[in-house]
Amino acid sequence: MHAFANPARFLRIARPLTPILLLSGLAITAAALIYGLFYAPAERLQGETVRILFIHVPTGWLGMAGWSAIAVASLIELVWRHPLAALAARGSAVPGAVFAAVCLASGSLWGRPAWGTYWVWDGRLTSMLVLLFLYLGYIALAGAVQREGGSSRIPAIFGLVGAINIPIIHYSVIWWNSLHQPPSIGMSGSSMAGPFLWGLLAATLGFTLLFAGVVLARMRALLADIQADARLRRKAMEA
Amino acid sequence: MRETLDPWPFVIAAYALGVAATLVLVGWSWLAMRRAERRREEARAK
Repeated sequence: MHAFANPARFLRIARPLTPILLLSGLAITAAALIYGLFYAPAERLQGETVRILFIHVPTGWLGMAGWSAIAVASLIELVWRHPLAALAARGSAVPGAVFAAVCLASGSLWGRPAWGTYWVWDGRLTSMLVLLFLYLGYIALAGAVQREGGSSRIPAIFGLVGAINIPIIHYSVIWWNSLHQPPSIGMSGSSMAGPFLWGLLAATLGFTLLFAGVVLARMRALLADIQADARLRRKAMEA
Repeated sequence: MRETLDPWPFVIAAYALGVAATLVLVGWSWLAMRRAERRREEARAK
């Protein structure tokens, strides 16, 4: 793992990988969403609203995956002082927040025709909203630490503590009564029909590639900012 | 009795929102990265 701690080595890998991830992600996501909007069949009970699945589920999954990435990177930063781990955690925050917000908004738009309401304060929806607030808090905290020159261990601890919400989101539909349906895809298989399952897997792959590409782009931007600031400070001290 | 809503405005709104947010995120991240890397090169050249 420490072999990748070198920023120069990271950049050698990230430079060609970023456009590949973004372009392939855009192509696969576009194909999956065109399929979802125009070619996927209507579902027996949910009718045409089931098409929102192809946006809602991948963004929800990535909203949770984003915070899981923050937690893992924070742990690596705290334990091994890996210099790129803090950048990986910070780089995951904005895309995670955007996808969590899209998941909430698309779920709300799905809820109105399916449940008769845009919002209910049940376990799944509320814990997902808490995740969005955690992201906003993390982004503000990490930004303040960078501006004011505080310890990067503070957002790392926040990232680790916030991870308690991830299993709560996952198990909320099992632990509590909810309008939200239980998981259709698990470790033992899927209860979803083929035309929905394959389209959903393609959309999830596309959004995941986009997420990874955006995280690399954010990490490169943060690294470049740190290196530019360090260079300018050194020049100012020499002058 | 529950009202029956036309589902298509909700479907189209969800897709428009998802696609727009994703494209803005990708575009902003790419431009911010290019801007930061250009600033680093300028700092090195000074």
